[in-house]
Amino acid sequence: MAFPHRPDAPELPDFSMLKRLARDQLIYLLEQLPGKKDLFIEADLMSPLDRIANVSILKQHEVDKLYKVENKPALSSNEHKLLACRAAFLFSVDLVNADKLAGRTRKYKVIFSPQKFYACEMVLEEEGIYGDVSCDEWAFSLLPLDVDLLSMELPEFFRDYFLEGDQRWINTVAQALHLLSTLYGSFPNCYGIGRCAKMSYELWRKLEEEEDGETKGRRPEIGHIFLLDRDVDFVTALCSQVVYEGLVDDTFRIKCGSVDFGPEVTSSDKSLKVLLNAEDKVFNEIRNEHFSNVFGFLSQKARNLQAQYDRRRGMDIKQMKNFVSQELKGLKQEHRLLSLHIGACESIMKKKTKQDFQELIKTEHALLEGFNIRESTSYIEEHIDRQVSPIESLRLMCLLSITENGLIPKDYRSLKTQYLQSYGPDHLLTFSNLRRAGLLTEQAPGDTLTAVESKVSKLVTDKAAGKITDAFSSLAKRSNFRAISKKLNLIPRVDGEYDLKVPRDMAYVFSGAYVPLSCRIVEQVLERRSWQGLDEVVRLLNCSEFAFTDMTKDDKASSESLRLILVVFLGGCTFSEVSALRFLGREKGYRFIFLTTAVTNSARLMEAMSEVKA
Amino acid sequence: MDCYTANWNPLGDSAFYRKYELYSMDWDLKEELRDCLVAAAPYGGPIALLRNPWRKEKTASMRPVLDIYSASGMPLASLLWKSGPVVSLGWSAEEELLCVQEDGAVLVYGLHGDFRRHFSMGNEVLQNRVLDARIFHTEFGSGVAILTGAHRFTLSANVGDLKLRRMPEVPGLQSAPSCWTTLCQDRVAQILLAVGPDLYLLDHAACSAVTPPGLAPGVSSFLQMAVSFTYRHLALFTDTGYIWMGTASLKEKLCEFNCNIRAPPKQMVWCSRPRSKERAVVVAWERRLMVVGDAPESIQFVLDEDSYLVPELDGVRIFSRSTHEFLHEVPVASEEIFKIASMAPGALLLEAQKEYEKESQKADEYLREIQELGQLTQAVQQCIEAAGHEHQPDMQKSLLRAASFGKCFLDRFPPDSFVHMCQDLRVLNAVRDYHIGIPLTYRKYRYKQLTIQVLLDRLVLRRLYPLAIQICEYLRLPEVQGVSRILAHWACYKVQQKDVSDEDVARAINQKLGDTPGVSYSDIAARAYGCGRTELAIKLLEYEPRSGEQVPLLLKMKRSKLALSKAIESGDTDLVFTVLLHLKNELNRGDFFMTLRNQPMALSLYRQFCKHQELETLKDLYNQDDNHQELGSFHIRASYAAEERIEGRVAALQTAADAFYKAKNEFAAKATEDQMRLLRLQRRLEDELGGQFLDLSLHDTATTLILGGHNKRAEQLARDFRIPDKRLWWLKLTALADLEDWEELEKFSKSKKSPIGYLPFVEICMKQHNKYEAKKYASRVGPEQKVKALLLVGDVAQAADVAIEHRNEAELSLVLSHCTGATDGATADKIQRARAQAQKK
Repeated sequence: MAFPHRPDAPELPDFSMLKRLARDQLIYLLEQLPGKKDLFIEADLMSPLDRIANVSILKQHEVDKLYKVENKPALSSNEHKLLACRAAFLFSVDLVNADKLAGRTRKYKVIFSPQKFYACEMVLEEEGIYGDVSCDEWAFSLLPLDVDLLSMELPEFFRDYFLEGDQRWINTVAQALHLLSTLYGSFPNCYGIGRCAKMSYELWRKLEEEEDGETKGRRPEIGHIFLLDRDVDFVTALCSQVVYEGLVDDTFRIKCGSVDFGPEVTSSDKSLKVLLNAEDKVFNEIRNEHFSNVFGFLSQKARNLQAQYDRRRGMDIKQMKNFVSQELKGLKQEHRLLSLHIGACESIMKKKTKQDFQELIKTEHALLEGFNIRESTSYIEEHIDRQVSPIESLRLMCLLSITENGLIPKDYRSLKTQYLQSYGPDHLLTFSNLRRAGLLTEQAPGDTLTAVESKVSKLVTDKAAGKITDAFSSLAKRSNFRAISKKLNLIPRVDGEYDLKVPRDMAYVFSGAYVPLSCRIVEQVLERRSWQGLDEVVRLLNCSEFAFTDMTKDDKASSESLRLILVVFLGGCTFSEVSALRFLGREKGYRFIFLTTAVTNSARLMEAMSEVKA
Repeated sequence: MDCYTANWNPLGDSAFYRKYELYSMDWDLKEELRDCLVAAAPYGGPIALLRNPWRKEKTASMRPVLDIYSASGMPLASLLWKSGPVVSLGWSAEEELLCVQEDGAVLVYGLHGDFRRHFSMGNEVLQNRVLDARIFHTEFGSGVAILTGAHRFTLSANVGDLKLRRMPEVPGLQSAPSCWTTLCQDRVAQILLAVGPDLYLLDHAACSAVTPPGLAPGVSSFLQMAVSFTYRHLALFTDTGYIWMGTASLKEKLCEFNCNIRAPPKQMVWCSRPRSKERAVVVAWERRLMVVGDAPESIQFVLDEDSYLVPELDGVRIFSRSTHEFLHEVPVASEEIFKIASMAPGALLLEAQKEYEKESQKADEYLREIQELGQLTQAVQQCIEAAGHEHQPDMQKSLLRAASFGKCFLDRFPPDSFVHMCQDLRVLNAVRDYHIGIPLTYRKYRYKQLTIQVLLDRLVLRRLYPLAIQICEYLRLPEVQGVSRILAHWACYKVQQKDVSDEDVARAINQKLGDTPGVSYSDIAARAYGCGRTELAIKLLEYEPRSGEQVPLLLKMKRSKLALSKAIESGDTDLVFTVLLHLKNELNRGDFFMTLRNQPMALSLYRQFCKHQELETLKDLYNQDDNHQELGSFHIRASYAAEERIEGRVAALQTAADAFYKAKNEFAAKATEDQMRLLRLQRRLEDELGGQFLDLSLHDTATTLILGGHNKRAEQLARDFRIPDKRLWWLKLTALADLEDWEELEKFSKSKKSPIGYLPFVEICMKQHNKYEAKKYASRVGPEQKVKALLLVGDVAQAADVAIEHRNEAELSLVLSHCTGATDGATADKIQRARAQAQKK
């Protein structure tokens, strides 16, 4: 059932090197403060750190206690303190000051990951503790979550860039690309779409130029790189996911490649943390499947397993010995995983097969296809009125807005009013954010621009503004989804039932109703090896200035490497997109590697935009 | 060739010393050397002369003149000395001239007489004046030692990192010591001084009397002392004409010599070669030069002129008004080859090669002789090595030719040594050239401190850029280390030429440098700025490809706005931030905000910063921009995050509403005003009914009211806030079902026709597992949803009937899917039949 790769599919590069690199760097930093020390970790860094170095490694390097950084001072007795954090750093100030007040002097080291910003030092200085701490960088920007999935674990990227127009992380992206090209050879073919993609790409090029030599001679292992801004395709990210891995993410939230299965899944009273990647054989076979197939597959698998167990009947002693020593462990392991995934499936079923969910999916599909808009709108209204879920409602509103090029003014006002009545008026801020990011907008009557917009357009004509983003520019943008959908044939015309068991195209990740726009773009560009012939699409995406192709004539690239494609999602990608591209890869004999600022889904996108903490 | 060893003088049995001319001096000295203060830098460095140092007259013509010459006597600089009287001159390891003044001030000049800096040797020195001073070199750098008028010593071991150390007092010292010197042992600088018959060793902690072992008796005073280049050996000259030579630690005597000259020598220096067993001291008097060592006889030279000795690592340089000579021990390889009647393999090989050139068969004989002894490899090596020690290119060539000749008869002789020697000699010959005047010996160049990098630095220091570049190219040094480094130096020099216009300089530099890798335009620009040429610096920065490098200098030059746009161009947010904070301090607030307005990228960055650090500034920013929308959002945020009291929150909301009106965002303004009303109402509710109302949404407020049994108030609320009917019905339905107040629910359902239909009633009753109530409503559900409702309450049979009645295929399949097992068997059949019928039609 799980589709095998074509026999000529290229091998993936070994990304475990990145992990080793990050670990060695961390150990080096730990060793800089000899002796016992406490490690304070910012919550966001907890999970990634766990994937890089487990507790025993930390202990080996004399980390005595681990604390999650909170806003209250922790009492610890060790001489040295290590603080690992992102760009937020205020807590360390409190920590140091608390110790100072108590008259204790200790050695502090603040480790910024993946990058130390000048502003960080500035704040330390302003708080008057710059002299008390030493700062360091842990340039840990790429976490291999799976054999083909690298994450920068920067969930804040989405909000910082697409909402606040903050370009801090672009440098980090460029450096991550630089690291990849240093380790795996430069990429002979580069494509990209989106302003951020272009900036990252240019910055990365600059880095490459500055550090000449060394990498030039390397044989490229990865033939293509494709950079894509999340705002090129919000639609896909906003849809409910129905592929198993996506569904698990939507339901249980996969965090840093692992998921916490609660008691209802494990059918015991404990929750269990499970690592979800290609090493989990059961999961590996179902991760890309449409959910409707998963149950059947799992029961088949259970039967197979039983059959294998059953073989032991009628074995003689020697065979039995063999069986126990060699196969049993594997079977037991498989058994355990199988029961977990069956549990997860049941739990998902319970939540999702209810009528509500069917209706929801139906509405989504209607929105994507663009019919029964009135009905969908009233469905959304009811959804809000019934206080089903603040995030879901928000998501549907955004989906409606984007597919329809903005809400008509009447709906825009009434839906917002309803929403505020349901969930509180502080969501006024959320709406203002969504509007700024272009996720939830009002159809502009004619072409009259608002005051802000005209200001923006003035800026854009300004010479200097050619290179810069302004968050407001998205205001002037229209999503043009319907036209793009038609151009790229995103809604497959199906005669009869779409066979989800043997999918024909990438639309299967949305039950055959919609081909993910982002993936379609990647497919089209790879087919043409450029943006040629896609001018109209690019224009509709408002990315005329930001679509680029860059090919170096490089004979060194082997045909093998030319079928390896690195797709970089700036602002996050969903598991559905990953599954869709994996499918495409199998069809065409490519292998895709994904690099994302973070794995995301509709709920995470909405939460990033929301001002009200759930 | 017989005369080749003519200038070799034997000292004892085993060593020869030779003296040969390096240059005939080009300088046109009017004074005798003895009338000048002289300092010559080691490693073939420059010579500094201070004429008339002791004249006190103030007439301009008689003022002291400081001249700097290359080792070949080419004038490098000349300047009139206008500062105080100078006691001593000396060169630092970086070829900077240190001039120690009487008042303890040390002035530092460059090779071209450019003043660099000055430092003082301390107050004590200033008060007591400087009696004598020495500049010495250790592995840490160059040091200065001073003897003050109070007969105390002060020293600094490294002038680059000035730490003054005052040495302990010598007990009973009433007059100046007869002689003294600096030693360096175990990385500590010490002073050895002689007072009458006694010797004292001063280190930073103590003063101890020392006696050299095996010193001949009858010494009443020491006239001169000399320490070797490497601080390993010490020589003492006594008033009896006796010379003691031993280790500098004064633990061991090496040899002694009695020259029977009681006149104090002018100079005494060591002349030895590293790794040679021979030790010799060169002593100079007015007209006599004597080389003494471990031998009963000494070598004597007559000095025609007033001469000056410069100790070197492997010999002694001697210069006078007319010549510059080098005196050293003949190296082993040369000795073996050239010694009269030598049968060493190298000597034979040289001979063989000469015969070969004469086309004589003797060549073969010689060669055979070497080969029979199996010494050909050694012979080649000897010739190569000896070539290195020769000063004359002719001789170098013939030795190398011999080596090359010998190599032909060897199967496997690694070519490196030969190739390197050829390269090294070409470089050495080039720098030894009269015009360049750096008389380096091969040993100094290759074996010890001086590397090619240092040599290049020295050439650069002498502004001999073309030669340096030629050397780099010849040796094929990597560009970054070689050519581009030199070009960068050249450019730094070029920007100092004030008579050339900014345009021309910038263009000239760019033409030469292009985009040579490793050249930092920003460094050059920094230099230009250092010379006060800001415009030039900016022009040069334009050529800098890395904008990141441009910014710090631009900031320093107070071109902050330019720096800002460069920083933004670089895409490096850190850099932008640096500039921003700079600007923030530099400009007043208004101007700062105006600057930001034109740079959206910087603006959003600054906003992010303010959001975390300076909320008030953020408000000002929005105000400045008349961005009322954001201002409104700001106040709303403030009302939720910052304000505790309800009055404060309402006030913040009021401000927000005003802002929204200004932003023409009626919707937001209205919503905010509603919220203010709601807040006030919630407070009243809390006061009147108790319970928690604050911060609930409108919907939740209504629900809470119903749950609390305040139906009337809930309805009032709905009217006041115009809650749409649909919502109210959903809300009531859910709340009443939660309360399980079925009676009230029924009453409510009958109050008027439901705007949401009756299916939700069924659904919600079923959610509360009240099938009985659910059935009541199922009957009222409209026809199009009837089937669904019936299925929900579990009445499959009736659902089937309705579906059949409707003749709706979708509904039929839906019912069918709900038919389970035996109980619904009949129903299933019925549907199948109905279907079949429908199909027939």
